[in-house]
Amino acid sequence: MSENKQTPGIWTRTTLVDRGGERGVDRGGTWLLGVLAVVAIAVPLLNQAIPTTSAFHLSAFGITLIGKYLCYGMLALAVDLIWGYCGILSLGHAAFFALGGYAMGMYLMRQIGPRGVYGDPVLPDFMVFLNYKSLPWFWHGFNHFALALSMVALVPALLALVFGWFAFRSRVTGVYLSIITQALTYALMLAFFRNDMGFGGNNGFTDFKEIIGFDLHSDLTRVTLLVITAAALAATYAACRKIVESRAGRVVLAIRDAESRTRFLGYPVESYKLWLFVFSAIVAGIAGALYVPQVGIINPSEFAPINSIEAVIWVAVGGRGTLYGAIAGAVLVNYLKTWLTGAFPEIWLFALGGLFVLVTLFLPRGIIGLLRRRSKNA
Amino acid sequence: MSVRDKRLSLEDLTVSFDGFKALNKLSLHVDPGEMLCIIGPNGAGKTTMMDVITGKTRPDSGAARFGAHIDLLKLSEPEIVGAGIGRKFQKPTVFEQLTVFENLELALAGTRSFLKTFAARISAAQLKRIDEVLDIIGLMEHRSSFARILAHGQKQWLEIGMLLMQDPELLLVDEPVAGMTPHEIERTSELLRSLAGVHSVVVVEHDMAFVRSIAKRVVVLHEGQVIAEGDMDTVQKHSRVIEVYLGV
Repeated sequence: MSENKQTPGIWTRTTLVDRGGERGVDRGGTWLLGVLAVVAIAVPLLNQAIPTTSAFHLSAFGITLIGKYLCYGMLALAVDLIWGYCGILSLGHAAFFALGGYAMGMYLMRQIGPRGVYGDPVLPDFMVFLNYKSLPWFWHGFNHFALALSMVALVPALLALVFGWFAFRSRVTGVYLSIITQALTYALMLAFFRNDMGFGGNNGFTDFKEIIGFDLHSDLTRVTLLVITAAALAATYAACRKIVESRAGRVVLAIRDAESRTRFLGYPVESYKLWLFVFSAIVAGIAGALYVPQVGIINPSEFAPINSIEAVIWVAVGGRGTLYGAIAGAVLVNYLKTWLTGAFPEIWLFALGGLFVLVTLFLPRGIIGLLRRRSKNA
Repeated sequence: MSVRDKRLSLEDLTVSFDGFKALNKLSLHVDPGEMLCIIGPNGAGKTTMMDVITGKTRPDSGAARFGAHIDLLKLSEPEIVGAGIGRKFQKPTVFEQLTVFENLELALAGTRSFLKTFAARISAAQLKRIDEVLDIIGLMEHRSSFARILAHGQKQWLEIGMLLMQDPELLLVDEPVAGMTPHEIERTSELLRSLAGVHSVVVVEHDMAFVRSIAKRVVVLHEGQVIAEGDMDTVQKHSRVIEVYLGV
């Protein structure tokens, strides 16, 4: 095809639209769903069916690690949706991830009940420790799983709505938007560090016991959580794919490439950005909510600006504007991080920085771009 | 297609910027289906006139009407687009990362909200319209190509196509052949001529050979006023025009 001769632009465009709206095949997506299915089947088998004495047995640690990678993959998906497709570079997306995590954490704290160190039937340990007399108003109802689940989506959505409404309406774009998203997550981090906030201060929440009655320390629960995470990642991927392949998705691309031209055609550009931003925040929130019961802790460091920046690097490494590339990037970079922080802990940040520079210079379209070039040359 | 009966009439338009009169009691009309070319040296007021018609600039005095009932001076820019006046700017801006087909799809009149475009399915009638326009602008073979690979001239045609998707009654075209190859100029000339009759077309252009090839009626602007009008030959023999262009 003639377009192959062109030098690649900085944006990757995967179009499934071939001839006049007929849908093509999402090869990367098929791969992704296939890998997720394999993970969802292999992990329970390797953990439950293989005896612990065998070398092939997957430990609880291994399950948690894979679960973590998948949650990060979902955060990367959220970042790619707005950055890769709409050009909104959010350097504060981990804030939505953390908020979703905190909402789930509040439920898990309430589940502890009288089994805490201080044995208070209602108040979580940190509240007893900080001399709370009663539960703060916003903690009410979090003993209900359904309410906690709806807050997982609602809180990030509301923050994204208010923040996005002001930012997009004022036509804040580019680097300025990135800076204020960074400020947003930093401000939230400082706020959550305060003991008075009622979220456990710098210790955050931990020592969780169970989730809807299932012991969080049993392998079976861990395996189930992992399978749910894989399914959630597949579902959010499908939802994002559906958006970007719709006509609305093409308007979003148009906004990314020529914002004023799109406005001139009569599209309410701000409203498109807002919808996408809110949806992306919800996806990030769900990722955070799945993350917390698996790793067993949430604290204000999840709001740290570096976390949001790392998420952007995952997307850049994988290949922005592809969705599946973002997920692949998140898994790869975090695998590298697990290995490096174990083997050579002091060089991890240099490696991360170096990786970003290398990708920016030599792989503007990430690993997926490299694979595509390969398969075209072959 | 609706009956084309709206006449554009500008009367005594005056626009001044800090005392400089960009338009000075300009009066002009465009009949339904007519092809009109506007020429004039730099600073003659051509772009300002387009800006007034599309609502970008408000005049100090005068009237601009479209048909019997539409007062353009009272409408906002999107309302003027809705009233059936489309404008093509000098620099082509198409959506590079979308295909030619998708560029035209987004230019379709109608749905604009996020939820509606999310659910939108292209109808058979819309598909037919896109193919018609592809045919008119001669980009049928590039239907599935990304707009970024198009040549300069093809991008200009695509942008004209995007205007046509909204089926405007009046098309304002600003310097369509600037930077085009002779072959592209010839094709553009054919394209614009094919549009006249169905649409009223106003072309602002510097290229005299091009103007000669398309226009029946030419209007010459100078210092915000019409100094001559008629067919190309009449205009070129006009003493004021020679004076203005050659400075004799």
